[in-house]
Amino acid sequence: MPPHVGLFIPCYMDQFYPQVALASLELLEKLGCKVSYPIGQTCCGQPLANAGYERDTLTLAKHFVTLFKEVDYIVAPTGSCVLHVKSHFPELKGMEAELEKTQAKIYELTEFLTDILQLTSIKGKFPHKVGFHASCHGLRGLRLSSSSELQEPTFHKAKLLLDQLEGLEWVPLSRPDECCGFGGTFAVSEEALSICMGKDRILDHERNGTEILTGVDMSCLMHLQGIGSRSGSKLRYLHLAEILNQALS
Amino acid sequence: MNSRESILQAIRKLPREKKNLPELPDFGKNSDLLAEFCQSITRNAGEVLSLEDFQEWMKEKNFKKVISLVPDYASLSTQAMPEDPHALDSLDLAIVEAPFGVAENGAMWLDETSLCHRVLPFIAEHLVIVLRSAHLFPTLHQAYAQLQDASTGFGVFIAGPSKTADIEQSLVIGAQGAKSLWVVLVD
Amino acid sequence: MNHPQAAAAFLKDQARASWHDETLWYVRDKRDAASKRLPEWEDLRTLASDIKEHTLSQLDYYLEKFEEKAFENGIQVYWAKDAAEHNQIVLQILQSKECKALVKSKSILTEECHLNPFLEKNGIAVVDSDLGERIVQFLNQPPSHIVLPAIHLKKKEIAELFHEKLGTEKGNEDPKYLTDAARIHLREKFLSAKVAITGVNFGIAETGEFVVCTNEGNADMGVHLADVHIACMGIEKIIPRRKDLGVFLRLLARSATGQSITTYSSHFRSPRKGKEIHLILVDNGRTAQLSRSNYRSSLKCIRCGACMNTCPIYRRSGGFSYGSTVPGPIGSILSPGLDVKKYSTLPFASTLCGSCTDVCPVKINIHEQLYAWRQEITQAQGWSGKELSIKLAKGIFTSPLAYRVSGKILRAALKSLPHSLIYHPLNAWGKGRDLPQPPASTFSEWYQKNRL
Repeated sequence: MPPHVGLFIPCYMDQFYPQVALASLELLEKLGCKVSYPIGQTCCGQPLANAGYERDTLTLAKHFVTLFKEVDYIVAPTGSCVLHVKSHFPELKGMEAELEKTQAKIYELTEFLTDILQLTSIKGKFPHKVGFHASCHGLRGLRLSSSSELQEPTFHKAKLLLDQLEGLEWVPLSRPDECCGFGGTFAVSEEALSICMGKDRILDHERNGTEILTGVDMSCLMHLQGIGSRSGSKLRYLHLAEILNQALS
Repeated sequence: MNSRESILQAIRKLPREKKNLPELPDFGKNSDLLAEFCQSITRNAGEVLSLEDFQEWMKEKNFKKVISLVPDYASLSTQAMPEDPHALDSLDLAIVEAPFGVAENGAMWLDETSLCHRVLPFIAEHLVIVLRSAHLFPTLHQAYAQLQDASTGFGVFIAGPSKTADIEQSLVIGAQGAKSLWVVLVD
Repeated sequence: MNHPQAAAAFLKDQARASWHDETLWYVRDKRDAASKRLPEWEDLRTLASDIKEHTLSQLDYYLEKFEEKAFENGIQVYWAKDAAEHNQIVLQILQSKECKALVKSKSILTEECHLNPFLEKNGIAVVDSDLGERIVQFLNQPPSHIVLPAIHLKKKEIAELFHEKLGTEKGNEDPKYLTDAARIHLREKFLSAKVAITGVNFGIAETGEFVVCTNEGNADMGVHLADVHIACMGIEKIIPRRKDLGVFLRLLARSATGQSITTYSSHFRSPRKGKEIHLILVDNGRTAQLSRSNYRSSLKCIRCGACMNTCPIYRRSGGFSYGSTVPGPIGSILSPGLDVKKYSTLPFASTLCGSCTDVCPVKINIHEQLYAWRQEITQAQGWSGKELSIKLAKGIFTSPLAYRVSGKILRAALKSLPHSLIYHPLNAWGKGRDLPQPPASTFSEWYQKNRL
């Protein structure tokens, strides 16, 4: 029996990046999963909670838990929303057991591929210089890779997948895991800092020869792309799901 | 209620979960302590001298005002220890002995029983610390085990010359304390 | 204080902001290298955290024990519930010695208590003896960083300042030359001071001694030449045993500057014969912070400054943008405990990237505490709560809305969100960023059409 995966798509991705959602769906299907996309998905509540309104996310959290009750796994092409579900969903009185189950079965896409499906031999080509943006919530929240601050064995779930693609050149960066400055509401409440941080990230990629900038959080990429496009940068932006799905076709 | 009582009361009335005080592992290791110590001192901008080099160095520098508190090198003193530590201001060189050093960071322990004036190793323009190369510990953990029962009024780990990076992070050796540190290693 | 405005002002001079960022990143890099030379680094962090947690759980016991031992050693111990009492105690000691001038080495606590202006008002001249602190004192500024007080200044500015204050050659910007000039200037102050004030890095309950760490040797130059040493110590600086210093001194300098240890780690147990040591234990909001379970562990802080050096915000907005004695991530969780209204924007001056938590040598979960403060601050419905909800509405939700008013699913989501957050017409996103091209249909529409 293939695992039954419920696909969770962040609200901004549904609206602005349907192609990333589609790539995630196709990718999981190509890898043999039974995937369904429960209709009626809403925002997970993360932007609200990080802005200090966690108490207003109760309805959203309850809805989320109910919507994904039936599936074996919840997979989402975002580290940030997954971390929110795991760590910052409010207490759900009377639904404690369901909440716990939800938090245990939700995975960010790349960790689902490496930890659950244990992909070790992807056959595909992607002959490009790829720079990876390590989004903070995936990195230091979900620990999708080792981080530069800690003394720990080196690992990198996204790189583990990308390294399997023929022709892909991984671009090393001067600051491999510095924040891009998106930060949800931070992007607007601290607009000047947010833009400055984004510009610095783009510069690091440009200086080191990135052709395609990828990552597992489209929100950070949306922010970087927005800044890059305004300043005439030549970088291209693809979610990791798009790269894998293209390479596998 | 005085402030002492009010502070202690404020703490006592808090609900508190008891948390254990961890025992400390030794973290000792069998490395080449002497090589590591020399590397550490050099990294801290101190210099290591052999006994022979030291004698050469002394000749070459020809310091005017020297106080040596190391019995073996007492003859290097050019003056007696003044009663008032302020009079040490013009001292060119102090020579003292450290009972032990620490390989991981180059720190050497000095305590007031062997300093006469606490300010001596700070106020001297240059400082020589004589250290027996066998008296090295790998890390601070073993050093503090050694100091467990010491009850001296003042003790200090010195790991290099006085320094600062307060101007644009440029490292400058010789801030308010000794401008250079020379470690003389003896057997 | 409004962090976003201060940060935007700092960023106006882009070249300087970028220099500030690079300079502090260099320090963070040194910290990484130093920490990676110790295989037991993560174990040491855990031990340090556990020792501090234990101490905080029995703080009354350790304070009393420390006081008793210190007294036995001949140290006079005082207790101050707040900054005013602390300053008054210092003044009384100075007055009893008829002291009109003193030297002081770095102490963030005395900055927190605004000791210098208080003493100056009472006719006592204070000379800060750490080079960086002397520089900012000349400029009548507070330190912009707790370990690197003058990190916001360029050597050109310091050269001009020293030319004016110390008579150095005009235009000579050589750091060595400037440091030498300061050495001569400070030497004279050390030789004439009758009283020296220091902070305290660690107070050891077992022995009643305390430890002061410097690189310049300024603390020692001050106290060993003065008749009276006044040590100002926050009550959270206590550790139980002397051997615990092994853990903390291994972590402190490596975290702060990437050195394996500070040049001088001085252990004061009793005064010199005929001289005096006075030690003031200061609360000033610490017991209140201890009572807040979400933020209690912020008191584990050993003031290494590593969270500032790693913080992408601090590096690009400077220490003054925080408007608090302790800036940066740790300051943003400590300061609201002192005045939640005044410092309400600080917990929002973060992307919650979590780097501060991972560099912290005593494992304070700084970014989680920032998150917790946000929940409280919006609840209190202070000024910042309102302001932020507007910003939130402007940014996150209205941009998609403006382009895709027909997004059925998003509308469904918005039903469950508070009204005031959503319907604001302005768009703060697009000032420096383009919006993505709106696609022909949402994923949800595509899915319903093609897969159901």
